[in-house]
Amino acid sequence: MHKDEIKGKLRKFIEDSYLLSAGVDSFEDNDSFLEKGIIDSTGVLELLEFLEDTFQIVVEDEEVIPDNLDTLTCLTTYIRNKLEDAGK
Amino acid sequence: MLVNDFLELSTEKFPDKTALKFRGQSLTYCDVNELTNRFANALIHAGLQRQERVGIFLENSIESVIGIFAALKADGIFFVINPKVKKNKLNYILNDCNARILLTDSLHFRELIPILSSCPFLKTVILTDYETFDSSVVAGTKIRLFSYGQICQEFPLSRPDRNNIDIDLASLIYTSGSTGQPKAVMLTHINMVSAADSIITYLENTPDDVIFNALPLSFDYGLYQVLMAFKFGGTVILEQDFLYAFKVIAQIVKEKATGFPIVPTYAAILFKLKNLDKFDFYHLRYITNTAQALPPQYITALQKIFPITSIYSMYGLTECKRVSYLHPSQINIRPTSVGIAMPNTETYIIDGKGQKITEAEKIGELVVRGANVMKGYWNHPKETDEVLKPGPVPGEKVLHTGDLFKMDSEGFLYFIARRDNMIKVGGERISPKEIEYALYLMEDVNEAAVVGVDDEILGQAIKAYIVLKKGSTVSEKDVIKYCSKNIEAFMVPKYVEIVKSLPKTSHGKTDKLKLQKGQL
Repeated sequence: MHKDEIKGKLRKFIEDSYLLSAGVDSFEDNDSFLEKGIIDSTGVLELLEFLEDTFQIVVEDEEVIPDNLDTLTCLTTYIRNKLEDAGK
Repeated sequence: MLVNDFLELSTEKFPDKTALKFRGQSLTYCDVNELTNRFANALIHAGLQRQERVGIFLENSIESVIGIFAALKADGIFFVINPKVKKNKLNYILNDCNARILLTDSLHFRELIPILSSCPFLKTVILTDYETFDSSVVAGTKIRLFSYGQICQEFPLSRPDRNNIDIDLASLIYTSGSTGQPKAVMLTHINMVSAADSIITYLENTPDDVIFNALPLSFDYGLYQVLMAFKFGGTVILEQDFLYAFKVIAQIVKEKATGFPIVPTYAAILFKLKNLDKFDFYHLRYITNTAQALPPQYITALQKIFPITSIYSMYGLTECKRVSYLHPSQINIRPTSVGIAMPNTETYIIDGKGQKITEAEKIGELVVRGANVMKGYWNHPKETDEVLKPGPVPGEKVLHTGDLFKMDSEGFLYFIARRDNMIKVGGERISPKEIEYALYLMEDVNEAAVVGVDDEILGQAIKAYIVLKKGSTVSEKDVIKYCSKNIEAFMVPKYVEIVKSLPKTSHGKTDKLKLQKGQL
């Protein structure tokens, strides 16, 4: 899957699921979800489910860290690496 | 004893012991004591008078802890504002208690800048990141800005004079009010010292305990983790949230934490982790839960992850901090009970006529006696009189909790429901009125009713029913968007339904019971 396609899917999910209830109009690729108040602890649960279902990957516990998940850029890179590792 | 004595006494006993850890920073009791002295001297220099209010508007951090103890050492009253609060509520709170000084950072200060002119009592703002802040944005206002960093370097190390006595107020804790605006619970030093004492007694805390706290300090459950640790001379590790649960758990293991306070949402997140069994939690002596009951299946699942850890189910309300605890030995025998009154407090259940209920299994309102019972609600004498009523000792006030309880034949307590229609979401007590109040400010709204509906993770979720004005084209999404701009995220309805009319009782009031069941 191409990076832009991954990013597009992720952006759409985050916009649809979180922006409204977080009271945030938009976000940049490098904005921290935590600092902007976009994702809270129950939001992370939903995000993980979305990632596993949409990209057919297994998110390991150790991978649930801000370095992988806290910005759209990090998230895209993380998913791309996961897909590459799986040979997809 | 005053709450600030917790720190002073532990500093005398264990000057070089680690008191507080946060993201790689580690402070000894001596460090914390010195910083709070400097900060207290700065507060006095800035003009703080005895019993004036100092607000702390920050995420969990070293600075927020320093601010709390410094306010007390300067004879002030501290209050911690939920860092997620939006400007309207912030404005209300700052003016409700006439806050004189606020400790915050530039991120949170931004929320305040547009309303500065409507907070006439606020004179001083101390910024933790002053050095990178463009102070020209407050030019022309009467606000004086201070740098936290500079204070910690330049103000004297000596402890300021101590004038407060233990019946003075130590803290205000804001809770959702049934009238639609938040109200502040007034707690004296005696109130807080007694509550901390009782909890430390039943948890059997010792100076060897290391508490891991990710709960916000604006929530009394989080705040007391710090107060208690300082009282018994332990170590407290602060985190800001439980978002990245695996990282948090790894930290608990690395730091060999002995105490871990949770709310049911944390448990739900833990259960999603796949490899918890690779950790050995031999050091974790106890987990506590309050705010909302742990479903029995959660208890079993937690016991599997933490086989040697004691699990304490507890119940309380901000008005008296804590009421009861279930000894871990009882949790498998009566998993839905919240136990018995904590040490040095007494509880009883009364019927509609105010008579004590002595029979088992009969439901009534829970009443609490003890030195931990608050002084009342700040500026709200009428609401105070509704919950604080004469007790058995002349002049004594007891707390009528508004919570319906029953007792089993062995005297263990069971929470049944709220008597009013407050909603409990993820442990936060939320007033439907407060949300309705916000909804009615929306131009298109003709009628609004907010109820709690069942939710697996949060216990309850908020649902708003809206009747629109004629011709309005506002959508459900618009309503959510409006709410999220005007009230805190945890109060934003998860569900909105636009309806033609609301069901009414025979007295013409909105029939919330019907709405709760989805009957229109």
